[in-house]
Amino acid sequence: MAKYTFKDFKSDQEIRWCPGCGDFSVLAALQRTLPVVCEEKGIDKDKIVVVSGIGCSSRLPYYMDTYGFHSIHGRATAIATGIKVANPDLCVWQVSGDGDALAIGGNHFIHAIRRNIDINLMLFNNRIYGMTKGQYSPTSRLGTVTKTSPYGTVEPPFNPGSLVLGAKGTFFARSIDTELALNQEIMLAASRHHGTAVMEFLTNCMIFNNGSHAEISAKDVKADRTIVLRDGEKMIFGKDRNKGIMLDGWKLKVVTIGEDGVTEDDILTHDSHSDNLGLQTMLAEMRWPEFPVALGVIRQVPAQTYEDEVARQVEEVSAKARIHDMDSLLVSGSTWEQK
Amino acid sequence: MQHKVIDAKDVVIRFAGDSGDGMQLTGTLFANLSAIYGNGLSTFPDYPAEIRAPKGTVAGVSGFQVHIGSGKVNTPGDFCDMLVAMNPAALKANAKWLKRNATVLVNEDAFDDMGLDKAGFKGNPFEELHIEDRNIIIAPITKLTEESLKDSGLDIASIHKCKNMFTLGMACFIYNRPLDYVYTYLEGRFRKKHPEMIEPNRKVVNDGYNYASNIQAVADTYTIVPEAKEKGIYRNITGNQALAWGLMAASEKAGLPLFCGSYPITPATAILEELVIHKNLGVKTMQTEDEIAGICSAIGASFAGSLAVTTTSGPGLSLKSEALGLAVMTELPLVVVDVQRAGPCTGMPTKTEQTDLNEALYGRNGESPVVVMAAHSPANCFDAAFNAAKIALEHMTPVLLLSEGFLGNGSEPWKIPSMSDYPVIRPRIAKADGTKFQPFHRDEKTLARDWAPAGTPGLEHRVGGLEKTHSGVLSTDPDNHALMVAERAEKVARVAEDIPDLVIDGPESGDVLLVGWGGTMGHILTAAEELRSRGINASRVHFDYINPLPKNTREVLSGFKKIIVCELNSGQFEAYLRNCFPEFDYIGCDKVQGQVFLVRDIIGAVAPELLKEQED
Repeated sequence: MAKYTFKDFKSDQEIRWCPGCGDFSVLAALQRTLPVVCEEKGIDKDKIVVVSGIGCSSRLPYYMDTYGFHSIHGRATAIATGIKVANPDLCVWQVSGDGDALAIGGNHFIHAIRRNIDINLMLFNNRIYGMTKGQYSPTSRLGTVTKTSPYGTVEPPFNPGSLVLGAKGTFFARSIDTELALNQEIMLAASRHHGTAVMEFLTNCMIFNNGSHAEISAKDVKADRTIVLRDGEKMIFGKDRNKGIMLDGWKLKVVTIGEDGVTEDDILTHDSHSDNLGLQTMLAEMRWPEFPVALGVIRQVPAQTYEDEVARQVEEVSAKARIHDMDSLLVSGSTWEQK
Repeated sequence: MQHKVIDAKDVVIRFAGDSGDGMQLTGTLFANLSAIYGNGLSTFPDYPAEIRAPKGTVAGVSGFQVHIGSGKVNTPGDFCDMLVAMNPAALKANAKWLKRNATVLVNEDAFDDMGLDKAGFKGNPFEELHIEDRNIIIAPITKLTEESLKDSGLDIASIHKCKNMFTLGMACFIYNRPLDYVYTYLEGRFRKKHPEMIEPNRKVVNDGYNYASNIQAVADTYTIVPEAKEKGIYRNITGNQALAWGLMAASEKAGLPLFCGSYPITPATAILEELVIHKNLGVKTMQTEDEIAGICSAIGASFAGSLAVTTTSGPGLSLKSEALGLAVMTELPLVVVDVQRAGPCTGMPTKTEQTDLNEALYGRNGESPVVVMAAHSPANCFDAAFNAAKIALEHMTPVLLLSEGFLGNGSEPWKIPSMSDYPVIRPRIAKADGTKFQPFHRDEKTLARDWAPAGTPGLEHRVGGLEKTHSGVLSTDPDNHALMVAERAEKVARVAEDIPDLVIDGPESGDVLLVGWGGTMGHILTAAEELRSRGINASRVHFDYINPLPKNTREVLSGFKKIIVCELNSGQFEAYLRNCFPEFDYIGCDKVQGQVFLVRDIIGAVAPELLKEQED
């Protein structure tokens, strides 16, 4: 087994994203994570497959020196599914934008999650259609003005986290394009997860939706408007590390430690491994300004995967069967002989 | 009573009833036991799309025609010698298929006022249909079944479900069929879950048989003595089953696992249902969330090194168009099966047609040629599927295999081949040689590229829907695009080197050449034989390969004055031939009714005067 560095995952192709695109840093994080993935899994990089659909982010496979499949709009999940079911030894990474995964490919997206195919699905969410030059997407905020919504959109957006957890997803994590360390952290967690691991990266489109996440990701406000969830740690955030999340009846609320008798003990402790979909959904749905936006791994729970079950049935049926080749099958059952 | 036993060369029987009457099963059993008895046969299920259409209505009639002969039988038969009508609607829907001297067996109990009314009869149904001169057997089948099972302990609904078995018993007597096969079938069907149903069903079949032997209305019985056939082991097989097995055979001969991603759609579903059984042969299947995921998961499996297949019918093929283009562009092996049905759109899902040919040839954006082939009989679906997979794997191209509802659901006896009769399939698996893998570097002879399944050490590469150079680099260079377009087309064209020449049935030149493709072969063959027997010099040729066409196509066509293209559409293959060989004149013999040809349709296109003679 070879030992790799990030350079081994760079292809010789010229990267054609716009200068300043958020996709660059997610690509870099992936190239830095994969050497660790190969080492942990004990595999060579020929077992890595990167699959994408159509859109700016879907160009990513060309920039990776691995097996890659740049497919058609919306269908990356279905293709990744076929690859994984056909050969479960492959380590499959998918790249899809918000249009690719949630609009045209929405059906495949939820069904991969429902089946729990062991793929690592990187959802690049810039809330805009970049490649077609600036139309609203299914994650554009209500009222967003774009070329196809000159008077503002009149349709509410999807929250990808709600969609994943609503489909009983077994893994959901979120990060921001520029958070190189956190991105590698959740990519590694996704790699370790056995099942569909959806990672939402809030990415910036310099050209058509610049600053789409700036309200939470700008340096001066990030600490107050996001919270990085880590297992076993209290849900504490803020520049002064004095704000926290606690339960208020059936709901979450933001509190300040030391005010109104709130102590650190009242603050929730994160547990991504617990099968508490309700709480994890509330965390995934936290939105600024009412809440900080949750980053990190929000949910990771074990469940059987589709491809394992398919392989298990093949094995079990084969073990029991008397017929193992075509010649025996052809003469089995109802036949007669002409003498 | 004593019956006259008539020795018949062939007979056509049509079982018809309400869609819940079990006529498909009755017909299938009758066909299978006749096959085992040694007869040649061809079947034609003709049923409505609704699982339980409104009871007693003409729209809800389900029919199953079986043509049994001493020797090989090539069509399910134009008109029937016996019609079993379980209710007035079944009689009404099928009276037009009766031969002049046909026997009609009806279930008297269903011919009450309500039944007659539902079928739209005002008075005597036989008079209204002008069939009162046929040999009509009126039997109280429901009451007799009740009587037969009165001590069985079954409830009345279960008893009524057995009445098709009474009918089967009667048919078995009339056509001198042994009942053993039926008994064996009943054992197998009910042994595990409903052993209590074996004996009642057995009794009903037997009582039906005895009833027929006792009544005066059954004057004659028939034997269809099997002719000696080629020695060997035989089975009766439907097209959909044969197609599934052909794919599995190709998987074995190629040494590759078989993957099928499909979404259920009539009339192709049975292929997926068949494949899913055979996990013991390593078959992996996915019932995907939609048609697009069906083909896309297959493309993914192909990228990962499986023999990949997706199966569908017309509307599903439409949904797969874009992804099929992806397979063209990535030059991955893929078999797409289209079991055609009557369109457009949802059309008539359970009715057969050949109307997807243009879609198969041209239904994608850009210039995206695929190999197009067709199966010509239920058993031939095995070879067609095998050959489709072989071409896909050896030429690195998607192959679109056209079947038809008639072939998929129809069945015929099949002499079981040995796998040693089939060639080894040699997929173009690339081997690492230390140099950088060039995914679109081509073989000089076939222009096929090499296949480096994901996971192969040292051959990491990228494919996708964008135009590329031979080395796999994205390119919008005008000359490169022109080159790749031409090479993809030429690669498909060169498949012609690997397909058999056309074989002419009949004189190699002459007045009339009947041309067909797909499931019409049996009808055209029968028509050609009949024409020749009546002094008309007609030859016949059948196309299993449509794109590319066999190499000797021009030569064959050039030998005839009149080229008549017979197909179940409005002339799609005719137009294709005219496009490929504009120097010849073509005449169309078309039918777009959701029904198979009648032999007389084809005879009428060649020599209408013969039909007139027949009528006189």
